[in-house]
Amino acid sequence: MGQEDNVKSSEPRKKAPLTASGFSTSDLIFFKPLMSSGKLFYLFVAILVSIFGLGVYAFLTQFQDGLIVTGLREPVFWGVYMANFIFFAGIAMAGTLISAVLQLAHAEWRKPITRLAESITVSALLMSALMPMIDIGRPDRFLNVFLYGRIQSPIIWDMLSLTSYLIGSTIFLYLPLIPDIAELRDRLTSVSPIRRWIYKTLSLGWVGSEMQWRRLKNAMRAMTLVIVPVAVSIHTVLAWTLAVQFRAGWHSAMFGAFFVGGAVFSGTAALIIAIGIFRKVYHLEHYLTLRHFKNLSYIVVTLGVIMIYLNINEYLTAVYVGEIDDLAWMGLLFNGSFSLPFYLYVFMGLIIPIFIIAIPRTRTIPGIMFASLLVVIGMWLERYVIISAPLANPIMPYPVGLYTPSWVEWAITAGAFAGFILTYTILAKLFPIMSRWELFEGSEKGHKEH
Amino acid sequence: MAKRYSRRKFIKIAVASGAALSIADLSINHASGRLPVDRIRESPGGDLPARYVMVLDLNKCDGCGKCTDVCTSSRFVPKGQEWIKVFKMSDEEQETIFIRPCQQCQFPPCVNVCPVGAAFQREDGAVLIDHTICIGCRMCMAACPYHARYFNWEEPEHTPEELAHTYSPEEPWPHHKGVVDKCEFCLDHAAEGRIPPCAKVCPNGVIYYGDRYQNVVKSSLESVTLKDMLEKRHARRFKEELGTEPNVYYLFEKEVID
Repeated sequence: MGQEDNVKSSEPRKKAPLTASGFSTSDLIFFKPLMSSGKLFYLFVAILVSIFGLGVYAFLTQFQDGLIVTGLREPVFWGVYMANFIFFAGIAMAGTLISAVLQLAHAEWRKPITRLAESITVSALLMSALMPMIDIGRPDRFLNVFLYGRIQSPIIWDMLSLTSYLIGSTIFLYLPLIPDIAELRDRLTSVSPIRRWIYKTLSLGWVGSEMQWRRLKNAMRAMTLVIVPVAVSIHTVLAWTLAVQFRAGWHSAMFGAFFVGGAVFSGTAALIIAIGIFRKVYHLEHYLTLRHFKNLSYIVVTLGVIMIYLNINEYLTAVYVGEIDDLAWMGLLFNGSFSLPFYLYVFMGLIIPIFIIAIPRTRTIPGIMFASLLVVIGMWLERYVIISAPLANPIMPYPVGLYTPSWVEWAITAGAFAGFILTYTILAKLFPIMSRWELFEGSEKGHKEH
Repeated sequence: MAKRYSRRKFIKIAVASGAALSIADLSINHASGRLPVDRIRESPGGDLPARYVMVLDLNKCDGCGKCTDVCTSSRFVPKGQEWIKVFKMSDEEQETIFIRPCQQCQFPPCVNVCPVGAAFQREDGAVLIDHTICIGCRMCMAACPYHARYFNWEEPEHTPEELAHTYSPEEPWPHHKGVVDKCEFCLDHAAEGRIPPCAKVCPNGVIYYGDRYQNVVKSSLESVTLKDMLEKRHARRFKEELGTEPNVYYLFEKEVID
């Protein structure tokens, strides 16, 4: 293509750890996707954009006619939008867990997957943040939350922690990107002027001086410590939105822990799916090995067992005492209108994935990916059940509430998933999907240790 | 280096003064006995304190539903909502009737959870909705243990009379889509010393309404002393165990003669 020659001729400006001359074969794995895109890529993006467009159309319909176009009514006035809100926030846990928690635990194997994980966090949080704006009856008055916000309201807690998490995780993703962006700025001279401008601006004049490295590492260390409590807080206050209400099924002291657990569970599963896809599409078999899948799957199994434990805690204590309200809403799960999603969640989302991963014969990369897919679907169902079933249980002598999501809700949900994948794809097209200097640093350290 | 120093200094000063301001604000508000961001609104009509209460004598109710009908027509209640709802629960032995208006809690959970202060408590304790700032998040509906709140899922059908009216939280019409509505306790009637339409049309005089401080409640048939009636008839409040302290009382037992 001549592109490569072009790049080769432009010398890196300053000495940086990775800017050796030209692209080696291993470099190409990282840079090729940034330089050229195949027909399949454009087809993929076109499909995603049209699904997202369908979601936008559905939202405009809803904005025009009101929430009457959804399946929501009294008493089930929250449904799949709230489920999406909590689900996407949960998926976002992936980045924090892999990059921050594993870093604090000095798990060196995390390095090739940190950026893939952090990109999930940012993409998922963007979709999560959209959901409340779609769910409210007057999206045009959304700014009232900032104008008249009352700190007593759990909605404001959600807003505060969601924005902190979004800003924090964006910084967290961005910091280790700076040296990589600077390298792209210096070496990827054949791309469009807009992209060159993006790289130039985002590299913040990085030249790789010792002082810059020192500052970068300090900032990264600080963010590692900051992001963990922020991530825990977002899932906790999301749970509190429900737990502070007079509702059997919501008013539970365990809800915060339950949501954090579910977030780590589904976030890790989502990450496994993502690295599985990138491994195949980008031919990263050398970097993303069975070991990564296995280690991540152990986290999934552990959290799966914890989720089962928490579920038993919740249901056993309530059923033993047998308060009428508790029995009524649990009846909807065990033998009522929410049975199907509930049993799918329990068996398909918790028990089967644990067995797939626990049995050595099925603990292969396809096996682990399949189990992860089940976990992600199962956790979406769990969010849905946990929101809507306690609402369907009437608090006054009304009949049990019915709820069937309408096409508008499904279209917006599909649009949100498409938007999530699209954001993720764009991030992977603009920036290298692995933190190359961190990888390099890791191997250097590894050599020293041996 | 000088530039870095000044920026640091600026941030320090900004953070310190921000913290000082919020502490000052908190302590002033704390001293005056209210939470910092709660906007307390004045109640129109008179300097005398008032606290409107409702007493429902369920023994006399035959479940005709006239209260619901007149409420719906006089307050332009959107279709599908029953601001004062008559529940009829029957088993083999007997039919039990229960009436539920907004319970006008002293400690209203709906007001607690509202993110923008659209669910608010007036200075006299009345619980109302400011529909001009409500964002329609339905948090208050999740909080209300009495299912007293309804959402306008679509734009309600309007009459010219409704559209000609000027909106106020006490007389909240014209109604619009995307916000929450509920029984407003007819505080406009109360301010003029009248009982609400639901009480007025009740053929059996089930609904008593009045000001707690004047200690008199009136139904369509009679006027009674509030305190005496509550004590003698063993009045109870709905879901008392929740601690919301409703201002709606229920009489379940037949008249006690002593």
